[in-house]
Amino acid sequence: MTTLDRAADFKPYRIARVAAPDRAPEWRDWLHELGFIPGETVRLMARAPGGDPLVIRVGSSTFALRMAEAACIQVAPLEDTPTA
Amino acid sequence: MSACHDTRRPAAGQTAVVHVHLGGPLVALVGNPNCGKTALFNVLTGSRQKVANYAGVTVERKEGRYQTAGGKTLRILDLPGTYSLNPRSPDEKVTVDVLMGRARGEKRPDRVVCVVDATNLRRNLRLVLAVKRLGIPCAVALNMTDLAARRGIHVDADRLSRELGLPVVKTVGVRKEGATELRALLDAPADHWRADAPAADEHTQSVEADHDVVQRILAGLGLDRHVPHTLSDRIDRVVLHPVFGMVLLIAVLFLMFQAVFAWAEAPMGWIESATAWAGEAVGALLPAGWLQSLAVDGIIAGAGGVLVFLPQILILYFFILVLEESGYLPRAAFLLDRMMGSVGLSGRSFIPLLSSFACAIPGIMAARTIANPRDRLVTVMIAPLMTCSARLPVYALLIGAFIPKRDVAGAFELQGLVLFGLYIAGVISAMGIAWLAKRFTTHGLPRPLMMELPTYHWPTVRNVAIGLWQRAGIFVRRVGGIILALTVLMWFLASFPAPPAGATGPAIEYSLAGTLGRALSVIFEPIGFNWQISVALVPGMAAREVAVSALGTVYALSATGDDTALALMPLIAHSWSLATALSLLTWFVFAPQCLSTLATVKRETGGWKWTLVMAAYLFGLAWIACFIVYHLAVAAGWG
Repeated sequence: MTTLDRAADFKPYRIARVAAPDRAPEWRDWLHELGFIPGETVRLMARAPGGDPLVIRVGSSTFALRMAEAACIQVAPLEDTPTA
Repeated sequence: MSACHDTRRPAAGQTAVVHVHLGGPLVALVGNPNCGKTALFNVLTGSRQKVANYAGVTVERKEGRYQTAGGKTLRILDLPGTYSLNPRSPDEKVTVDVLMGRARGEKRPDRVVCVVDATNLRRNLRLVLAVKRLGIPCAVALNMTDLAARRGIHVDADRLSRELGLPVVKTVGVRKEGATELRALLDAPADHWRADAPAADEHTQSVEADHDVVQRILAGLGLDRHVPHTLSDRIDRVVLHPVFGMVLLIAVLFLMFQAVFAWAEAPMGWIESATAWAGEAVGALLPAGWLQSLAVDGIIAGAGGVLVFLPQILILYFFILVLEESGYLPRAAFLLDRMMGSVGLSGRSFIPLLSSFACAIPGIMAARTIANPRDRLVTVMIAPLMTCSARLPVYALLIGAFIPKRDVAGAFELQGLVLFGLYIAGVISAMGIAWLAKRFTTHGLPRPLMMELPTYHWPTVRNVAIGLWQRAGIFVRRVGGIILALTVLMWFLASFPAPPAGATGPAIEYSLAGTLGRALSVIFEPIGFNWQISVALVPGMAAREVAVSALGTVYALSATGDDTALALMPLIAHSWSLATALSLLTWFVFAPQCLSTLATVKRETGGWKWTLVMAAYLFGLAWIACFIVYHLAVAAGWG
């Protein structure tokens, strides 16, 4: 188990939990609404110059998330099974 | 005028605002951002659109009229895109307020069309479930079915309709004939559209619960597998690359700048000649006197002074619209996010600031897309520091008169280097102000980015053309009205009272503007400005380039526009010191010499407070910078 900001590039992960920081509790709902929901598959697609923000694929959508935002998303590596 | 009535009798005030078109049921288009909703809206309503603002907020409101084959007239409202009914930006809040029937001055829609991206049903259908619970007759437009089919996603619309309990039609928003089924549905009586009874637990439905329902529906349709957009991913490998991506971005920006300045040159020349021709024609028709002066020097010169920037603004908007439609803009914001973050802004501030190089007004209006109110305000406040094209005539005059033409280091030209330096000075000071604002306002609070990078699309001619037409209209109406009114006022100040009999100096010396200019020279003397410059800065408040023709007038030259600049150049080169010229150049880097920008700021920030703060800080900054530059230059022996 790790957080999305520490995920390896291009590898599929499954979202376990979304936990917002105390100073921005609304992030949890916002991330949920964008599709970052437990059970969904995510993948780190690219990093901006300097390493932040990140490009994340969730479902069929692509989002730019800052490191701090990606850190809210707890993920588990998905073994080399095809995405469900 | 009716604002005070609105609070007490909202109903009366509201109906007056709502009925911009003569009645007809109101159909709202709702959907996720980037679902092709506006393209569908353009197909349905064509050019019969009305763009305004929602009451009390600067969120764009687009309504169009649509006549069904059966002869029904419908009003179609293109609501801002949203991911959920739990808003996070002013735009999304408008959508939710309208759907709930609590937006000021808006009628609750009679029907809702949920536009969903067929290539991304999972996220899009969650919004449909939430909208369905609102109890408004509802239908689903399954949009972008052409792209979905190309990617092997075939949606069984009938089955989806049964699962959702809503009518579902397939649409292709980018094709004229792509809305045939939707047109038929709009003609059908409202009871063909389904709605749930308003649920008491409307807000208690969790995203997860909706997500489970969507998963079940998609599994039933055989669509629960993700189909990545491989072409988009391949393009992104270059566009988002830390090195190639940045190189591409710089190339795009360079091309844009070249276009704004090079392509606009010819049409700007035509507009100038047309203005001069109109001035002469009208001048010949009217008897000499104050009426002729008002029409020629006031109204025609004023309108021409505004319209001359239209080619640049259209070219700039053309690029922005094409980049936006294609999906590149959020990627540019992504690449620059960290850089902008170092001064406390986000990548989203990039487009407004970029637009400000043509003119601060469209730039400040573009700041509407920034969800964070602090970032939006800081962006608005620093936008006027970007070197707008109205500064060019002033820079050209002063550089031409005072900076010698000579090569530097064999490759660069000194005049060009000075001009480049003035651009850089603007950018650096803007970043400095943003950095200061960061020190004092962010309190370490994290600001969200969470920005979608949509799949790439080919921009369509229709959407770009409609967008350009609307931008041009907004610019001409807003800026035209303000500059015209101010130019007429400045003409009045510079013309009255008339010089007394036997007066020897130029007429302006005896006018209200002349009196004002002399009073102002108390302020401007310490930074090296003589009274003639002080006088010219007064009409120069209307727009920066007016200062050039005003200087011409003050120096009693009778030519106008470009001729003035040419004749004026040797004159000021003789009578001003280099220190004065450098000080005046510095003044124009900072000073908010543009009342239409200030008027736009008042409009966009909703009051005088930030307008006055902006004027005060920019004037203060200008004066201090000029003082330093002037005294350094004098010390260097250039006084």
